[in-house]
Amino acid sequence: MDSYDAPELTPRQDASSRLKDFFIGATPLQKRLESVRKQTSFIPTPPRRKIPQGSQLQNVPHFVLEWVARPSARGSSQSRDGTQVSRIEDVDPQKFAVLLHKQWTLYSLTPLYKFSYTDFKEYSKLLTAFIAAEKKKGLAVEVGDDFNIKVVFSTLMGVKGTERDPEAFLVQILSKSQLPSEHKEGKVLWTGWFCCVFGDSLLETVSEDFTCLPLFLANGAETNTAIIGTWFQKTFDCYFRPLAISSFNLSWMAAMWTACKMDHYMATTEFLWSVPCSPHSLDISYAIHPEDAKALWDNVHKTPGEVTQEEVDLFMDCLYSHFHRHFKIHLSATRLVRVSTSVASAHTDGKIKILCPKYLIGVLAYLTELAVFQIE
Amino acid sequence: MSVLRPLDRLPGLNTATILLVGTEDALLQQLADSMLKADCTSELKVHLARSLPLPCSVNRPRIDLIVFVVNLHSKHSLQSVEESLCHLDAAFFLGKVAFLATGAGRDSHCSIHRNTVVKLAHTYRSPLLFCDLEIEDFRAAMAQRLVRLLQICAGHVPGVSALNLLSLLRGSENPSPEDL
Repeated sequence: MDSYDAPELTPRQDASSRLKDFFIGATPLQKRLESVRKQTSFIPTPPRRKIPQGSQLQNVPHFVLEWVARPSARGSSQSRDGTQVSRIEDVDPQKFAVLLHKQWTLYSLTPLYKFSYTDFKEYSKLLTAFIAAEKKKGLAVEVGDDFNIKVVFSTLMGVKGTERDPEAFLVQILSKSQLPSEHKEGKVLWTGWFCCVFGDSLLETVSEDFTCLPLFLANGAETNTAIIGTWFQKTFDCYFRPLAISSFNLSWMAAMWTACKMDHYMATTEFLWSVPCSPHSLDISYAIHPEDAKALWDNVHKTPGEVTQEEVDLFMDCLYSHFHRHFKIHLSATRLVRVSTSVASAHTDGKIKILCPKYLIGVLAYLTELAVFQIE
Repeated sequence: MSVLRPLDRLPGLNTATILLVGTEDALLQQLADSMLKADCTSELKVHLARSLPLPCSVNRPRIDLIVFVVNLHSKHSLQSVEESLCHLDAAFFLGKVAFLATGAGRDSHCSIHRNTVVKLAHTYRSPLLFCDLEIEDFRAAMAQRLVRLLQICAGHVPGVSALNLLSLLRGSENPSPEDL
């Protein structure tokens, strides 16, 4: 039987090797894409991720992050060991205050072409003019100063994972005060920031002219986000896409954030599931005391310093079986829509709120990974 | 509890029976309807089940092909399929079992990683098919494909057997374990 089948199999193998030869000598991005496609067909090792350790000295984020690559994004068994410390003198706790306790909408962003950190003043002027022009379109004549808004670009120091990561920067739309005597800054109408935390896999593939900041977070009116997005897309030849978080990734986030050691818990750990049924979907909300969740995680967690797929599945299965015992509802048949812990809270539509500055970099690292995966 | 065996009953004349196992009742029903609409020279019988083992009291014909339907949106369906797999005789896995994963199109709704089902199919040495059963055109195409698979497994296609088909399918989709 086998010898009969062999001649039929070899033509197929020849075709695939011819395709391989075609790809060798293509651009680095194509080569990487081809290798990713080849490797996704193999049986992968289960993904593992290291828990961010949090700050140990002087409230400065200090992480040792090492992960065995996720099978969908990279090949199997690629482990990276990095001791990445953000420079202590550059960390500005005031800046971090801007990032916390706000609901951010997530987008993934392709690399920016010919973006320069020194031209911020020029970008501010251009963007202000662009926004004013867009807002005037279709409106009746405005009385008063055209430019009653001001756009400010500023660098966010310390929001990066490795030294290779480009600096994060913040864009804010401020309303300019009409009275010249008032020198204080106007109200912030819209905030958006771009960052890249441990984006090594993307940084390797792009050439020098590109700046890789795959994660974009926006807070404010949707119209402003659209206008800013259009300007960036026109100026830097990039592309924004809304980043949705799947239930699979939400359960990973739940496990990783429950694993984080916290001195005191600010919020209960809460999950929200959506049950599809007609005419309106049902929502099931499950709130746990954060210390109980941590105790459950500590029982499940076996490998020190790493989080494996089996542990995440076991953690969620414990919650599901507990719920089933009391309510006879299979939560595993529903869709996890929202996870809320003391570290951060995330919604499947791509909304995130970070509550704890200690684990900011850890949360951003995972989101960067999701964004990079979506770009690829 | 009874274990399902492939050859414990006599075959019916020109009859091919398929068993669809899965927790998503609506999707299975729609797939069954699509299969019955497909043209086929043999007489088709489609049985649906939520899980194995099947009740012994029912008088059912010989089952030629079992398709386990896993919905990537629901971990419950995967767990139910994994529990059902224990109630099958090992002889079934010589080409008479296939896995069908649905729901891969809507990535934001997925709670099972695609590679989990790939690993499951690889462990049981059975082919894995991907199809979004909610979309009618894909469902119709998959129904056609399943009808052809069923005819081969029932022995209605001369020159090709279930085992033959299994090695052909495996060779083109996945590399053999020795290559890894």
